[in-house]
Amino acid sequence: MAESTIGSGRGAKWRWGVLDLIVVVFALIPVLWIASLSFKTTATLTDGKFIPREWTLENYRTIFQTDQFVRALINSIGIALISTLIAVVLGTMAAYAIARLDFPGKGALVGVSLLIAMFPQVSLISPLFDIERRLGLFDTWLGLILPYITFALPLTIYTLSAFFKQIPWDLEKAAKMDGATQGEAFRKVIAPLAAPGVFTTAILAFIFCWNDFLFAISLTSTERSRTVPAALSFFTGASQFEDPTGAISAAAVVITIPIILFVLFFQRRIVSGLTSGAVKG
Amino acid sequence: MTSVADRGAKHRAETLSKVDKARLSEGKRAERRLAWLLCAPAVLVMVAVAGYPILYSVWLSLQRYDLKFPDEREFVGLSNYVTVLSNEIWWTAFGVTTLITVVTVAVELVLGMALALIMHRTLVGRGVVRTAALIPYGIVTVVAAFSWRYAWTPGTGYLANLFEDSAPLTERASSLAIIMLAEIWKTTPFMALLLMAGLALVPEDLLKAAAMDGATAWQRFTKVMLPVMKPAILVALLFRTLDAFRVFDNIYVLTAGANDTSSVSMLTYNNLIRGLNLGIGSTMSVLIFVAVAIIAFIFVKLFGTAAPGSSEEGRR
Repeated sequence: MAESTIGSGRGAKWRWGVLDLIVVVFALIPVLWIASLSFKTTATLTDGKFIPREWTLENYRTIFQTDQFVRALINSIGIALISTLIAVVLGTMAAYAIARLDFPGKGALVGVSLLIAMFPQVSLISPLFDIERRLGLFDTWLGLILPYITFALPLTIYTLSAFFKQIPWDLEKAAKMDGATQGEAFRKVIAPLAAPGVFTTAILAFIFCWNDFLFAISLTSTERSRTVPAALSFFTGASQFEDPTGAISAAAVVITIPIILFVLFFQRRIVSGLTSGAVKG
Repeated sequence: MTSVADRGAKHRAETLSKVDKARLSEGKRAERRLAWLLCAPAVLVMVAVAGYPILYSVWLSLQRYDLKFPDEREFVGLSNYVTVLSNEIWWTAFGVTTLITVVTVAVELVLGMALALIMHRTLVGRGVVRTAALIPYGIVTVVAAFSWRYAWTPGTGYLANLFEDSAPLTERASSLAIIMLAEIWKTTPFMALLLMAGLALVPEDLLKAAAMDGATAWQRFTKVMLPVMKPAILVALLFRTLDAFRVFDNIYVLTAGANDTSSVSMLTYNNLIRGLNLGIGSTMSVLIFVAVAIIAFIFVKLFGTAAPGSSEEGRR
């Protein structure tokens, strides 16, 4: 700290560079390791080397040939997208009301969603398991979408109301004075300002749904609705006698790709979304 | 006499002001109606999927309800609670969960603070560092857990080969250490991001002034930064503590709870999904909920953690 506030000589730059490198290595090693395993041939899978000696795409071919993985991938994408979409729409409405309108019960609403954000998910497993079994929602897409929306909602309400509070709403009035209708003012002035926040929130909600494991293994029982994280843990390889390590690694890499892409392209937005939602509230 | 006229005038004034208020609040009421309408769908979903089930789970916890013997379902009062709370397995799992929570959150606070300072102050490659730090946050926990599992698998893993002839995931102490390592790797960046938001609130002038007065870097950190950051630190601690307490994914993949490494979530899952015992499973669910509520209460009451958003409510 001393270096950065007072001087920023060459030594300081070096020191920061080393620290940065440590962080990057620390963050990337497990990811690179699983990628390395996914490219290893069956023969070299157990050599313990960090970098594959022989490279192959065989593992990827294997998983895309099995119904099990493709089906789980479709489930994951579908369920996460639908949950995100609904959570963001409902969350945007509520966040707009919280940021813009004055109404009794606002504090309670914020409190309740905070409570849910901190809820131990496992506490919902027993009742949801029983309720969904009775309603015929067990092992269906809807059976996962509902809890995902519920847990993504507090997140969207927080981050979005924080974003919305920063929007200079007077611009709307100014636009109306200049002759724009309410609709035009909203569409041309407010919506473009709000869009980045909504988009960021959508990414955060998607990461949450994509990540979930507990609901995915508790509320599903077949390929019909099992998502990739759940399918991974039940993966036994193409045949019963084959070591599934390579296949699991390949599948793991496939579901990591969207996250890596999000992080690469929207790093700044994800950071601002997480921090504004959680701390500035 | 005058008093009657007075009263009349007063009355008229009151009616007037009432009419006035009604007219004024017409817009206000419309605003309220709109607000409630906008919030209703979100509230309905949250109540239906989180509120109702938690009550239902209390109801289930008071029954003998085992799906393997569905005919024997009956109301048994608190006997499930006695069963769970007098069971050693529950307390072992509770101990494991507490250990993991305390150790990981403590380590994450230190590492997260270091990482936050690095991300906040770094001179070179700030974007790269932030991007890299976000990857553990975004990556699927199960994927990371598999990576750690294979790393420690004898023969296959690059880490297992460091120690000769050992299978760290088959022993309790080393398994727990690996579970904690996996947790710390995964969630330190999240902690760091929350702390970074707190760092951004520290006024640069204050730091400069302290430096001019001859404060060392450490003094500036403890005397200037930490006090300003206190609310952010407490919020981050609260979030991470509650999150750590529900540890599940890592344990499921790394040990599946073998060798007494089950957390309370893992134990509940096993009783419920593997054992199909809804009564006992629900009892554990309720107990975990109570434990989390107590943790949150302690944070809010004793440490004065402001719930996100509440400071803003207070200002109004």
